[in-house]
Amino acid sequence: MEHTHTAAGHETAHADSSTKTIWRTFWILLCITVFEVGLAFLHLEYGFLPRVVLNAIFVGLTVLKAFYIVAEFMHLGHEIKNLILTILIPLLLFVWFIIAFLYEGDSWKNMRKDLKPGTPVEAVKIAPAEKHH
Amino acid sequence: MDTAVTAKKKWWAGGYSPFNVSYGKLMMWYFLMSDAFTFGALLIAYGTIRFSSPSWPDPNEVFKSFPGMGHANLPLMFVSLMTFILIMSSVTMVLAVHAGHMRDKKAVAKWLMWTIVGGIAFLSCQAWEWTHLFHEGAWWGRNPFANVDGTQASTNFTNFFFTITGFHGLHVTSGVILNIVILANVLKGTYEHRGHYEMVEKVGLYWHFVDLVWVFVFTCFYLL
Repeated sequence: MEHTHTAAGHETAHADSSTKTIWRTFWILLCITVFEVGLAFLHLEYGFLPRVVLNAIFVGLTVLKAFYIVAEFMHLGHEIKNLILTILIPLLLFVWFIIAFLYEGDSWKNMRKDLKPGTPVEAVKIAPAEKHH
Repeated sequence: MDTAVTAKKKWWAGGYSPFNVSYGKLMMWYFLMSDAFTFGALLIAYGTIRFSSPSWPDPNEVFKSFPGMGHANLPLMFVSLMTFILIMSSVTMVLAVHAGHMRDKKAVAKWLMWTIVGGIAFLSCQAWEWTHLFHEGAWWGRNPFANVDGTQASTNFTNFFFTITGFHGLHVTSGVILNIVILANVLKGTYEHRGHYEMVEKVGLYWHFVDLVWVFVFTCFYLL
C-alpha cells in the first residue's frame, strides 16, 4: 500500500503537461498511418517506388509507431532503466527469430523450385564428372 | 517507494522494488512480454510460410470493400478506419489513466466509457470484415483469392489471416470485458476508497498492448 501511495503522488507532480504529450503522440501515430496508406495508394495507382523499398519503409514506420505506443502510451519511456531493460532485452530475441525463420522460408521456396517434378536435375551432370576420380 | 533517485542508490540491495513500480504493474509487463512472444511467433510463422510460397494473394485485391459501398474498389480504407478507431481508444485510455492520477472519478469513468465504445466499435468492424470475407468464400481451409501471378493460392493465406486477426480480436474482447469490470469498480467508488487508480493503469497497459499488436497485424497483412 505504502508503495502505491507514493507512486501516485509522484505522478501528480508532472501530470499537468502530460495531456499535451498524449495528444502529440496521437497526432504522430495518426500521421504515420496516413502516410503509410498514402504511400500504398501511390504505389497502387502509379507504381511509385519499388516493392522492396516500400516494404522497408513500412516496416521502419511500424517500428516507429510501436516505439511511440510503448514509450508514451505505456509510459515505458518514463520508467527507470532497470524496468526498460528487463522488458526490452528479452525482446531482442526477435531480431534473430525473424532473420532465421524468414531465411528458412526462403530456402524452402528455393528447394521446392529445384525439386519440382520436371525440373532438370543438375546432379545428373555432376555424376559422370565424379567417375574420373 | 522512493522516487528521488540519488546516484548512490543501490537498486538491487533490497528494501524496495528494483524496478520502481508496484508488483502488479511489473507482472502485467511480464505478462505482456510473454504475450508479445505469442503474437510474434504467430506473425513469424506467417512470414515464414509467405517467404516459402512462390506467390501470394494481393491484400489490395482481397481487402477492398467498405460497408455500404457495394462493389466499389476501396483498398485499405476500411482497415485504416479500424486502425484509427483503435488508436483513438488508446488515447482515451491514456486520458483515463491521466484522470486517475488527478483522482478525478468522473473523468476516469467518462474516458473509460469512451475506451469501451472504441473497443466495441473495433470489434464490430472486425465482425463485418469477417462476415464479408466469409460470404466471398473465405474461411479456415477455404481460399477463393488467387495469387498475384494468377495461380491458385493455397489456404495458408486465409488460415493465417483468420487465426491471427481472430487471436487479436479475442484479446480486444477480453480487454473490453476488463475495461467494463474496471469501469464498474470506478463507479462503485472502489478505487476512490483505495486512494489510487492504479488498476486503471494496469488494464491500460493491456489495452495499449492490444493496440500495439494491431499496428503489426496491420502492416503484416494489409500493407506488405
